[in-house]
Amino acid sequence: MGSNSLHVLKGINFDVKAGELVSIMGSSGSGKSTLLNILGMLDEADKGEYILDNVPIKNLNEKIAAKYRNEFLGFIFQSFNLINYKSALDNVSMPLYYKGVKRKERTDRAMHYLEKVGLAEWSHHLPSELSGGQKQRVAIARALASDPKVLLADEPTGALDTKTSYEVMELIQGINDEGKTILVVTHEHDIAQMTKRIVNLKDGVIIDDSKVEQVRASQHV
Amino acid sequence: MFSKDRWSEILEALNANRFRTLLTAFGVFWGITILVLLLALTNGLKNGVTADFGNFATNSMFMWTQGTSKPYKGLPKGRRFNYKIEDVAAIKSEIPNLKYVSPRNQLGGFRGANNVIRGTKTGAFEIYGDYPEYINQQPMDILQGRFLSYSDINTKRKICVIGTGVVKGLYDKGEEVLGTYIKINGVNFLVVGTFKMSNSQGDDEQDASTIYIPFTTFGQAFNRGENVGWMAITAEDNVPITTIKQQVFDLMKSRHKVHPEDDRAIGHFDLAEQFGRISGLFSILTLVGYFVGALVLISGIIGINNIMLIVVKERTKEIGVRRALGATPWMIKGQILQESLVLTILSGMLGVSFAALVIWIMNSILDNAGEVENFANPSVSMQVVFTALIILVVSGLLAGLIPANRATKMKPVDALRVE
Repeated sequence: MGSNSLHVLKGINFDVKAGELVSIMGSSGSGKSTLLNILGMLDEADKGEYILDNVPIKNLNEKIAAKYRNEFLGFIFQSFNLINYKSALDNVSMPLYYKGVKRKERTDRAMHYLEKVGLAEWSHHLPSELSGGQKQRVAIARALASDPKVLLADEPTGALDTKTSYEVMELIQGINDEGKTILVVTHEHDIAQMTKRIVNLKDGVIIDDSKVEQVRASQHV
Repeated sequence: MFSKDRWSEILEALNANRFRTLLTAFGVFWGITILVLLLALTNGLKNGVTADFGNFATNSMFMWTQGTSKPYKGLPKGRRFNYKIEDVAAIKSEIPNLKYVSPRNQLGGFRGANNVIRGTKTGAFEIYGDYPEYINQQPMDILQGRFLSYSDINTKRKICVIGTGVVKGLYDKGEEVLGTYIKINGVNFLVVGTFKMSNSQGDDEQDASTIYIPFTTFGQAFNRGENVGWMAITAEDNVPITTIKQQVFDLMKSRHKVHPEDDRAIGHFDLAEQFGRISGLFSILTLVGYFVGALVLISGIIGINNIMLIVVKERTKEIGVRRALGATPWMIKGQILQESLVLTILSGMLGVSFAALVIWIMNSILDNAGEVENFANPSVSMQVVFTALIILVVSGLLAGLIPANRATKMKPVDALRVE
């Protein structure tokens, strides 16, 4: 970005163990999205190191980054980011397509994850025919499809009403219960309380990092 | 490269905005249609014009005598002279690389006075005295009987081969033609064959109203003796007649005591030269066809280029998502390139098909409506179709290149941020 570069993160040091469900909180501008982008290899840090499952992530070219993203990471976005001309099933099978999985197996696996998020019956619907909550669940199925090590969720409930938010969080908790590591960026305290650990960012530094008593989303639904 | 998955990806993307895809495709469709049609029309024009040469062997010239224009060896200028039958033998023996040397004589003319009688019917026809080789220079289809033969020449038989127009003029429908006699300028000739010109265009009626009789018979019956009216000379295929005609002229000049620099004494028409000139003209016309067609095509291709740029712009976020899901830049580039390629080739091949349909309709109209002067059988060869295909592939790739690069230039994180 040249001359108007801005140091957003000013020394972040934390690690996440396998199976953790971490929420990253902070007001806007605190650097939480930037952190998530670096973790997601969508962006690269100017300095510092990032080790994912004992693999140092550095000197990425786009090809390798793409490979790592495909194998290690699953993304869940605030605005779902489903491809609007593809059916739910095709959306879910996209990471597998880029992984080079054969069509038949791809469809089976995608279908499996759609069942897992409870949308098997909607597999041939386009995103425009789904509700917000359903879209996010398709997106979660997509993030899970390539069986990544880490799920990165950027405000996964930001575009949903409270009830649907809790449903989505219930799903995320369920996935975490099965052992998947998940990072959730959020600025909603109730959502953060549903994770197991809250990292609080302010102006690019961690001001608080503490384990919390997890609130089960199912109690709210 | 084009797996089933790729195909469905491409078709889905193209289908996502069907109307726009159609409009874009139309540019290339139209360009290639124009290109092919232009070439076909050029070809039609060429076919029409070259048909005027008849089917006559193109590496030929016709040579006749004109009065001398220079005094020589005590002979005055303005002297008239005639080729003799011995000249033919001399040319054949002294000039190498000649395929046929046919002396010819003519009686009567097309639409002249009546000169042939059969019973109560009369007609005006062109009568030629010819050698049997002549059929090799001027291809014709023998419909019944035979053409002239050397035994006719040697024994000066009074036989004739007549055109379909002659048959129509002198015989009733269904009447047996072979073995009957017709009276040419008061001399009876036995009809031994009928013919029509092969692939004749333009001069049908004149060609059909022609009678061939043996050259020697002609000389005797019509008082020409050994004189030769003119000669039709064809050279070997690999030796242009234009390069050896001067030798023939020089030989004739020396045999007839014509001043060596007297170029007016011998008249000639060099078919090969004329034909070459016309061929050159049509090569240029074909080039113009390619040029103009290509220009029209380019505007279609720029259309595709533009649309792909818009598509890439519109799908910035989608591309960001795809990359977040693990698409490498090359996968994205490949997809864009292939979309543009498929769009170009599909619309282009549709254009070729459409042009073929138009050509087909044109041909069937021409067939039904009869001949049009200087225009016949517009068509393109498979070679043109393949050339068009290559042009399409190249231009499809070109049209996709800039958009494909644009698609992956943005960092995924920025692409995802676009709304």
